[in-house]
Amino acid sequence: MTELLLDANQIRVEFGGLVAVNDVDFTIPVGSIVALIGPNGAGKTTFFNVLTGLYKPTAGTVMFDGKAVAGRAPHQIAALGLARTFQNIRLFGTMTAAENVMVAMHPHLKGGLWQTILGTPGQRREEHEARDTARELIDFCGVRGDSDEFAKNLSYGDQRRLEVARALALRPKLLLLDEPTAGMNPQESDDFIAFVRRVRDEKNLTVLLIEHDMKVVMGVSERITVLEYGSKIAEGTGDQIRTNERVVEAYLGKAATTGAST
Amino acid sequence: MAAVTATPVKATPPRRLIGKYVQPAAFLIVGLLVPTIVTNVPAFEDRWLPLTTMVLCAIFVLFTLGLNIVVGYAGLLDLGYVAFFLFGAYTAAWLMSDFFFQIDPGIHIWSAAVPTAPGINISFWIVLPIAALVAAIAGVIIGAPTLRLKSDYLALVTLGFGEILPQVFRNGESIKGFNLSNGTKGIAPVNAIDMYWLSWTGVVDDKINVFDYTTRYYVIFALCLLFVLVSIRLRDGKLGRAWLAIREDELAASLMGVPLMRTKLWAYGVGAAAGGIGGAFYCVSLGGVNVDTFNFQFSVIVLCMVILGGMANVYGCILGAVILTWVNYTGMKEIGNAINNTFGTTIEMPHYQFLIFGFVLVLMMLFRRDGILPAARQKQSRAVDEQIEKIGTEEVPA
Repeated sequence: MTELLLDANQIRVEFGGLVAVNDVDFTIPVGSIVALIGPNGAGKTTFFNVLTGLYKPTAGTVMFDGKAVAGRAPHQIAALGLARTFQNIRLFGTMTAAENVMVAMHPHLKGGLWQTILGTPGQRREEHEARDTARELIDFCGVRGDSDEFAKNLSYGDQRRLEVARALALRPKLLLLDEPTAGMNPQESDDFIAFVRRVRDEKNLTVLLIEHDMKVVMGVSERITVLEYGSKIAEGTGDQIRTNERVVEAYLGKAATTGAST
Repeated sequence: MAAVTATPVKATPPRRLIGKYVQPAAFLIVGLLVPTIVTNVPAFEDRWLPLTTMVLCAIFVLFTLGLNIVVGYAGLLDLGYVAFFLFGAYTAAWLMSDFFFQIDPGIHIWSAAVPTAPGINISFWIVLPIAALVAAIAGVIIGAPTLRLKSDYLALVTLGFGEILPQVFRNGESIKGFNLSNGTKGIAPVNAIDMYWLSWTGVVDDKINVFDYTTRYYVIFALCLLFVLVSIRLRDGKLGRAWLAIREDELAASLMGVPLMRTKLWAYGVGAAAGGIGGAFYCVSLGGVNVDTFNFQFSVIVLCMVILGGMANVYGCILGAVILTWVNYTGMKEIGNAINNTFGTTIEMPHYQFLIFGFVLVLMMLFRRDGILPAARQKQSRAVDEQIEKIGTEEVPA
């Protein structure tokens, strides 16, 4: 049994009468790349929000890196090493690319109020290093625009890459990517697959992604979990999922699996 | 994918240079020369630019810088800034007068009061940090339960606090027999600003006497300088970035590891500290406090100064504060006089103050939404927005 970085146990989220996530068990082994897929409205993003502390699950527990996530505020969970990107880009528009990345270094920077006001040498050095690190991360993620450009003025692709750079600045153990290739062309998606692998290997982290592009999912994931109407309907390797009847049904409808008999 | 290997050499845009060197230099030079200029031009001193008004301008600069941290940097709409002004002023009044006459013989720490005076008589320079601390703590206490609220609700609750506190002090004459604030009578006189630490040089007297507006001006100007430095240092540091991030997208900020509550409370605390220091100086400068000073109008005027000058830009805020304070205390009256003298009319200009104020604010919102000196950030992002808006209107002809 491999070591688990994340262990979500019987997660249930209800909004009033609606069950958005229905008793889902979910684990992520250290160092793996796993994907969460499912038709629109299957509860994938809700599940993400539970992991990152935005929603409190109605029932169930999440253990991350041996610590319980429940009851911690989002910023505390982030500081534990859980970073994410967003389905619809949520950069800080009127901050530069470098500043965006530096915001996510918040938990790691020591300079407090007084050091900042007094401009102590330690604080200055720290700021300098933070800026350099931010530029490195921006380069690493392949943002082609200027790191001093406002985030909102960057191209769409750059904004997506900058979100990853910002998430990496938290020095996460687990990187959550919410539909990272939305709006990318096939070439960019291929580059992205290679990039995710490179991030995992060079930064020594674990990746969980939500994705609709099956080519990306199959190309990059070592394990895939499928949700439908909040319930887990399948779990396994790419090949297992590809041939799983329930999954094909969920995506293409029942007719697809039973031939044209109806 | 074409690899872009050449790193573009980017010249510092001229706007940045203005923000970095020209504005601070202008502020420093003009600020330092004000008393010299004013006292040497009779038309200024007697009518258009009296030093008393300049001292008030500087006090309001301090308030505006403080509110700018809360509203401009962190994006928290605070309509109760008067509360911090009040705490600063009353702290100075308590600690620098014979108000607590029960304490006899009085406590004296380097005070300008006569040594036999009862009550608490502490040096102004020690009272300053205490007033800042008291106001900051008040800010945190008010902030802790309210900062969970979102924008409009936060504005309403702070407005409530800004209304409640003056009422408490207005009626605080006998709280179970304890006289907290002396009610509507206020607390006066308050000791002058002691200057022993500098008087050995012969530049100033042992204390700042009632008519010495020049020294008083330099004291408040120094405090303003201090807060300009604090504002800029904080803006460029970790905390400032967190404030901006919260202003931009609170949820994303929290998921990037920014503790929302603590970061907002720092903004409140630092902003309140400026209000406390300004309040303490105001009290000492006037020689007393009167509860009527603390009203809702004050909060609104300071907010107007931030908006008029340029939200989130320190120098814009300074300009906004100076202009509005001058208009309030001297400009309206003198412009009215000038018109009346020229045309033989009898218009009472100050009566139309709010009419003109409102009109100017409407014009500002129409033509210069980001204030007279907008922050580089707002300016550029607005320019892009406007371009996009333009494209939108061109593509869909009405």
